[in-house]
Amino acid sequence: MNKVPNNKAWWLVLPMFLLVAFSAIIPLMTVVNYSLQDIFDQNTAYFVGVEWYQEVLRDTRLHDSLLRQFGFSFSVLLIEIPLGIAVALMMPTRGWQASAVLILLALPLLIPWNVVGTIWQVFARGDIGLFGWTLNNLGVDYNYTSNPLDAWLTVLLMDVWHWTSLVALLCYSGLRAIPDAYYQAAKIDRASRWAVFRYIQLPRLKNVLVIGVLLRFMDSFMIYTEPFVLTGGGPGNSTTFLSQTLTQMAIGQFDIGPAAAFSLVYFLIVLVVSWLFFTTITHMEKSDRGIKYDK
Amino acid sequence: MATITLKGLAHSYLVHPKNPQDYAIQALDHVWKQGGAYALLGPSGCGKSTLLNIISGLISPSEGEVLFDQQVVNALTPQQRNIAQVFQFPVVYDAMTVAENLAFPLKNIKMPKTQIKDKVREIADLLELTDSLDKKAKNLSADQKQKVSMARGLVREDVSAILFDEPLTVIDPNLKWKLRRKLKQIHEQLNITMLYVTHDQLEAATFADEIALMYQGKIVQFGSPQELFERPNHTFVGYFIGSPGMNFIPVEKSDNGGVCFRNIHLHINEPQQAALQNNHSTNLKLGIRPEFVALSEKPEPNSFVASVLSVQHLGSYQLVMVDFAGLEIQVRVAEKMQFSGAKVYLGFPSQWLKLYVDEYLLGEPALEKNNKNIHDIEADTKGPQT
Repeated sequence: MNKVPNNKAWWLVLPMFLLVAFSAIIPLMTVVNYSLQDIFDQNTAYFVGVEWYQEVLRDTRLHDSLLRQFGFSFSVLLIEIPLGIAVALMMPTRGWQASAVLILLALPLLIPWNVVGTIWQVFARGDIGLFGWTLNNLGVDYNYTSNPLDAWLTVLLMDVWHWTSLVALLCYSGLRAIPDAYYQAAKIDRASRWAVFRYIQLPRLKNVLVIGVLLRFMDSFMIYTEPFVLTGGGPGNSTTFLSQTLTQMAIGQFDIGPAAAFSLVYFLIVLVVSWLFFTTITHMEKSDRGIKYDK
Repeated sequence: MATITLKGLAHSYLVHPKNPQDYAIQALDHVWKQGGAYALLGPSGCGKSTLLNIISGLISPSEGEVLFDQQVVNALTPQQRNIAQVFQFPVVYDAMTVAENLAFPLKNIKMPKTQIKDKVREIADLLELTDSLDKKAKNLSADQKQKVSMARGLVREDVSAILFDEPLTVIDPNLKWKLRRKLKQIHEQLNITMLYVTHDQLEAATFADEIALMYQGKIVQFGSPQELFERPNHTFVGYFIGSPGMNFIPVEKSDNGGVCFRNIHLHINEPQQAALQNNHSTNLKLGIRPEFVALSEKPEPNSFVASVLSVQHLGSYQLVMVDFAGLEIQVRVAEKMQFSGAKVYLGFPSQWLKLYVDEYLLGEPALEKNNKNIHDIEADTKGPQT
C-alpha cells in the first residue's frame, strides 16, 4: 500500500495550538519579556539581561517571605496529610452515617477562600468571635491582630479547617478500593491494627497520597486570600507570604521587571518541589527494606 | 492444635430470619478431631464457606457455639483463635516481596528474625517458591500468587487448624494434583487439623480421610469416601457423589410387603421390608449406583427387560442409558462389552439396592461410628487429657 503524503492534516492541529498559545505560551512569554527588559513606556525599553533576576535573588524581603512560605507549606502538609488519613480511617463505611459524614466533610471545600478568611476573621476575634473569646476566657492570651505567632497559627488553622477534608476524602476513596479479602487475610495472619495500616492500607493509599500531597503543597504555596483578608499580611510581615509580596511588588510598587523575574522564579520553585515530592513518593517502594534471600 | 466442636450452630445473613430457607447453616452439630484431614464437600451455595468463616471467626454465627478443645471461642477474634485460612482467590500483600509475604504471619507473632528466615525458606522450598522469594508479590501470575497465599497459611506451625476454602480453583490441573499431594504430605508431617472446602469429590477424596457432605446448610453425611459412595445416607449424597450419580426409582408399597414400580415388583431385603412396615410415607425411592446395575443380553433370574437409549464410550468404561419401563437408568459397564441389540436385561443386586424414605436411607444395619452422638465423641476426646 502506498502512503499518500498529505501535510494538510497539520492544519487540524491549529485550533489546539492556538488555544495553548493564548492560554499558556503567550502569557508566559510576556512575563519572560518583562523580566529581561527595563520598560519605561511603549517605545522605550532597555534589554537588561539577568539584572532583575540578580536583584530579586538578593532581595531580603523576598528571602523572608520565601522562608515563611516554606515553613507554612510544610506545616500544612505535616498536619493535613496525617490528619486526613486519620479522619479517613475513622469514617463510617456504610449506612446513613457514611453519607452524613461525607456531606459534612465536603462542606468546607465548597466555601470560597475569601469567605473562609472572613469567617475566621470574625470567629477568631477576642471580643465578638467565639473562638478568640473562648481562648481569652480560658486564660490564653490570644490576639491575631497584634501577635505575629497568633496570626500565623490562625492562618494555619484556617487552612487545616478548609482543606483537611480534601485529603480525607481522597484517602477515603483509596481505602474503599481495598477488597475485604485483604482485611480478612490480615486477621487470619494475626496482624495488629498497626500492621494492617502499615502493610495493607498505606501501600494502597500511595497513589491518592501523591495527588493529595501535590495539591496541598501547590495550593498552600500559593496562598493569598486568607491572610490578606485576616490581617492584610500582618502584624508586621508575619503572614505575608510569597504571592502577597509578589502582588505588592507588581501592583503596589509597579516594579514590573523584578516582579516578572520573581514570578518565573516562583513558578520554578513550585515546579521543582512538586517534582521532588512526586519522585520521592513514587520511588519509595523501590528502595524497600527487607530480608534478602540468596538463591 | 485443637479439636473443633460445633454445637447447635446456625447462621443467617439476614437480620431477622423467618423460615429455614433464610439460614445458610441450619442447626449443625459436628466434631472435627485434632489432627484429622477433613473435606467439606458440597455444591455451590450449600454453606460450606460460611461454615469455614464461622470456624475461623470471620463471621460470628447467629446461634450455637464453636469450641476449640473445651473452650468456647465465639467471642474471640480470628487473631485470638490462632487459625490459618487459605481463601479461594489469592490474597497477596502486593507491596511486599514473596519472602515478606511469607514472613508476615511470623512477624506478627514476634518470632525471632533468624527463625523466620529459616521457616520462610522451608515453606518456600516445599511449595517451590524459592526462586521468586525476592520478587514483588504483585508481579506474580495468578497461580504463583495462590501458592504464596497457601504458603502464608502453612508457615505457622502452632495454629489450631488450617482451613482451605477451595484453594486450588485458580490453579491449572497439572499443578493442582501436585499441590494436593503436597498438602497431604504436610498434613502427615505436622499433625495439624486440616479442613478443606471443595465442590469436587475427587479433590475431597484424595485429600481427606473423612468427608462431610453439606447440602442446604446441613451436613447430610460424614464418613470415608468409600462410605459416601457405597452407602449414601441421603438421596442427595447418592446423586452428588459418583460419576454419574445414583439412579433413583420411585416406588410404592405393594401388598405383599415389597415395593413395586409401575406394577413391576422389585425385591427388597428383610431389614428394608421391616423398615417399611411401620412407615406410612409415600415418598419412597430405591437407589442403585450405575456401577452396580447388572446388565446382560440374556434374561437371568430376577432380571427386567429394558431398551438401550444411548451408549457413550468414555475411555475406560462405557455409559449405557436404558429405558426401564419409562424411566431412564444409567449403567456403567466395561469398555469391552459389546451390544448386538437394543434389548437388554437389568439386574439389581440386593446388597446395592438402597431404600430411601423421605430422602433418607432406611433399612440398613447401622454402622458403629454413625451411632455415636456428639456427646460420646466429646467424651472420647476429653478422655486422655483429663
